[in-house]
Amino acid sequence: MNIRNAKEILDCQVVCGEELLDQEIHTACGSDMMSDVLAFVKDQSILLTGLVNPQVIRTADMMDMLCIVFVRGKCPDQAMIDLANERGIVLMTTGHRMFTACGLLWENGLRGGN
Amino acid sequence: MENTLTLRYEVDGEDFTRAGEASAAVKRALKKMGVSPEVVRKVAIALYEGEINMVIHADGGVITVEVTPKEVRMELADHGKGIENIELAMQEGYSTAPDEVRSLGFGAGMGLPNMKKCSDEMKIESTVGVGTTVTMTVYIQ
Repeated sequence: MNIRNAKEILDCQVVCGEELLDQEIHTACGSDMMSDVLAFVKDQSILLTGLVNPQVIRTADMMDMLCIVFVRGKCPDQAMIDLANERGIVLMTTGHRMFTACGLLWENGLRGGN
Repeated sequence: MENTLTLRYEVDGEDFTRAGEASAAVKRALKKMGVSPEVVRKVAIALYEGEINMVIHADGGVITVEVTPKEVRMELADHGKGIENIELAMQEGYSTAPDEVRSLGFGAGMGLPNMKKCSDEMKIESTVGVGTTVTMTVYIQ
């Protein structure tokens, strides 16, 4: 699927990176612990998180992730949006909780990767 | 002397939101140089974890990165409080990070072990009350 498909599945609002939605995604991970993302995640293209601070963007950037989905309707601030724009990362927000959001993506064929 | 690129960054210990700027700059430089994605990835993660540690534990410091055709050598030097027990600090899950750091998504005790995992060589020299220098090397060839 691509990011646009994930947006529709999760009923997301796109915060920034509208022009990048056609990028293909193959795997996803869900975590509020950036330490875990850095230690255990590999080749994931979407990060689902309930954590909202600039280090989420920096972590995703380090891991070459294409998109961050903030769950439970959480919204990034302008500094985060500016950073994501600079790094070419799509930011989206969904009203779904973490468990449901991950489940919906799984149900539609996205997997956790290695 | 082979071609060597040296990058040096002062890490501000006051601003957690900017922690990671140096690592991102190194990552961009390596990509631009055409270094393989796997090496870039290992360097980026190891350096970012180290940079976060510098801000959390040591009020910042200096990062020096040397890139040669054979390897990427990173040195992270700070004048923080030092590490009392390096062996303990290397254990997964052990952390002395304060609660506010945990609420920002770090401090799980994974930083140093992950830095070791991502580098081909790693050395920690630390003196309590004086500071810590972490040296990591990732081989290109």
